[in-house]
Amino acid sequence: MAESDTQRIVVVTGASRGIGAACASAFLANGDVVVGLSRSRGTTPTGAEFVTCDLTDPASVEDAFDEVTNRHGHIDVLVANAGITRDQLAIRMSDEDFSTVIDTNLLGTFRCARSALKRMIRQRSGSIIMVSSVGAFMGLPGQANYAASKAGLVGMARALAREVGSRSITVNVVAPGLIATEMTEVLGQERVEAMTTQVPLGRIGQAEEVASAAVFLASAGARYITGAVLSIDGGLGMGH
Amino acid sequence: MSDDATFEKFRACAVEVLQVSPDAVVLEASFSKDLDADSLDLVELVMALEEAFDVTVEENEIEGVETVGQAYDLISAKL
Repeated sequence: MAESDTQRIVVVTGASRGIGAACASAFLANGDVVVGLSRSRGTTPTGAEFVTCDLTDPASVEDAFDEVTNRHGHIDVLVANAGITRDQLAIRMSDEDFSTVIDTNLLGTFRCARSALKRMIRQRSGSIIMVSSVGAFMGLPGQANYAASKAGLVGMARALAREVGSRSITVNVVAPGLIATEMTEVLGQERVEAMTTQVPLGRIGQAEEVASAAVFLASAGARYITGAVLSIDGGLGMGH
Repeated sequence: MSDDATFEKFRACAVEVLQVSPDAVVLEASFSKDLDADSLDLVELVMALEEAFDVTVEENEIEGVETVGQAYDLISAKL
């Protein structure tokens, strides 16, 4: 299908799997043009474009956003979803395990937001949605690095929301709880079942349920929402 | 480049970034009072000027810049 003038350009980082892939599919279903940014195409949904990007490399990030701008002329939505884990109990966690997670999850998201905002400020419109985690608010043992990175996104999103509010750009955070992805699989079935007992809705969530929240936050109906954290966790954090 | 040509190039950047008429971009114009520019506009303008003139402006140099003349002096001193 040819791109129409009214189609939005949606950039999704980490679109090759999990929540990112679900977000890409959801925006595609919404009629948007989706560009996935990740190291490899992976299982980036069919119909989505793909640009190689290493979030830990500032030049690679800016190049990727240049490429999107060259292709489409504008960027309307950024879903900053890419993230990694290097779980380890703190007393055994190396500085490298900590800084690697911060570099990708927090600094990588900042790099993407900076590149996107440069363009959105000119347009005087745009939506940024950062994908945090229930772990940012509740903490999980073994995730000192991950929790710090995901909690950092909230402060960053709110600072950015204030900086660019005058340009009608919104910056919001979604905080997924226990979601059925590869990242959750590594926790093991026993731990997942134990955690599920803490979820008021009594089940694990699906990536599509996070994606629908991202689509909403980028929609015309959500233009008065900025700096918010929207929990998608079956009630686990009770909205924190 | 002559001073006039330099200012015209400066003015073109200001017109594009601040969305104002060329006539409004005069040396004595105040960014906040006359050109309705906020701090984000100023940073955007500086980034556009850096690119157009191939110069680098440090954060501390922008502090205290309130008028078009002050910004123009800042850039032209680097050429």
